[in-house]
Amino acid sequence: MSSSTNPSIVGSALVKRGLADMLRGGVIMDVVNPEQAKIAEDAGAVAVMALERVPSDIRRDGGVARMSDPEMIQAIQASVTIPVMAKARIGHFAEAQILQALDVDYIDESEVLTPADEEHHIDKWAFTVPFVCGATNLGEALRRIGEGACLIRSKGEAGTGNVVEAVRHLRTINAQMRRVASADEAELFALAKDLQSPLALVQEVAVTGKLPVPLFCAGGISTPADASLVMQLGAEAVFVGSGIFKSEDPVRMARAIVEATTHFEDPGVVAKVSTGLGKAMVGAETSTLEVRLAERGW
Amino acid sequence: MPRVGVLALQGDVREHVSALEHLGVTAVTVRTPEQLEGLDGLVMPGGESTTIAHLLVTSGLRPLLQEKLDEGFKVFGTCAGLIMLSHDILDGRKDQWSFDKLAVGVRRNGYGRQIASFESPVEVKGLGVVAGVFIRAPKIVSYANEVEVLATLNHGDGEHPVLVRQGNVWGCSFHPELTSDLRVHQLFTDSL
Repeated sequence: MSSSTNPSIVGSALVKRGLADMLRGGVIMDVVNPEQAKIAEDAGAVAVMALERVPSDIRRDGGVARMSDPEMIQAIQASVTIPVMAKARIGHFAEAQILQALDVDYIDESEVLTPADEEHHIDKWAFTVPFVCGATNLGEALRRIGEGACLIRSKGEAGTGNVVEAVRHLRTINAQMRRVASADEAELFALAKDLQSPLALVQEVAVTGKLPVPLFCAGGISTPADASLVMQLGAEAVFVGSGIFKSEDPVRMARAIVEATTHFEDPGVVAKVSTGLGKAMVGAETSTLEVRLAERGW
Repeated sequence: MPRVGVLALQGDVREHVSALEHLGVTAVTVRTPEQLEGLDGLVMPGGESTTIAHLLVTSGLRPLLQEKLDEGFKVFGTCAGLIMLSHDILDGRKDQWSFDKLAVGVRRNGYGRQIASFESPVEVKGLGVVAGVFIRAPKIVSYANEVEVLATLNHGDGEHPVLVRQGNVWGCSFHPELTSDLRVHQLFTDSL
């Protein structure tokens, strides 16, 4: 064995996607301060998303939603040992550069914030820190992966406490992957055109039957049963935004959603952790929404 | 054919199951105490050690698994799994516990946060060079004489062990399960 420094590379697709692999089966929780971050870690969260306002408050307040104050992100990084993610606006690569300079572990190029560019997403290959992006269908997911995203989350409709859009997006992505996997090679060219996706990625899905990166679920998950539902529909982990800290008893809700995500196939466990939880967040009927966050992103 | 469990509370379970199956071993996912019965060994995957530790308690697995490990149950831990087996955990949560089966001290995220995660070739005793994938990896910063060091890495601050064995207990800082090279897993399965 040599005593000199071994050669090494950082920021490879393998280590960027690899962190997402390490988060599988877990819950990533939105937190707005170090106290909430501690509660999330105590409850067994695999990571926290540091942001100034949870999506339901962004929805209520209106106005332009931007990247969080670096001071707040650093305070959260100092308070927990688990990975810390943070959000940049769609297309706002300067915000992403700042988040990378802050050593956040994952950047979420997120429709929950107000988009900065209505045509282009961030060139995520240019970064060492990995990115997660939202998607409502397979074409959108593959476009984001083509731009360098290392993790896809189905978008759902953030800040509503209503799981219906998350279910729609997960089912859509999975149904479209089944369609691609059953196509013959000649059909893949037309499918790539219809999906508006890079052909090479469509061909990869055709071979493997799954996305080249992990698929998590976000947007509207607010009970242990919601977590079990989306995991059974093929999500590999769960993002919970407003659902925890807008519930009556966030500590119990956080623990319950963590257990339900691990034991999603065991209704006995999900029933046990759902019992006596207190009120979940107040939900919104999506047909009455003024702003549909899931429509942001192109 | 040996039956090996993969602790499936959280983390990169699927990759370990796949590696074991390619080696001709029956792989069983373990989420409950009952599922620990009838196994010849256990793999503890990568993931978040605080989450896995929490779920080991809530699932009721912790006391039974501790008992089995104390009786000499064969186990292989990668990354978070290594942390769960180590004697001493640095930079962890104040209440972080472990099974204490490897006489090593590990520093959580000892190789840095995600931006510093890296790939580096690792020379393993008796195997040659394998691909080392280090993701927010724990660094082994101390070890007792009874620990056999099977591979070290110099990442700019001297040689640190990255693959160790103490009797029936194996620990690894990196993620052989994320590559198609099965040789590190094979060291473990050959010992069953």
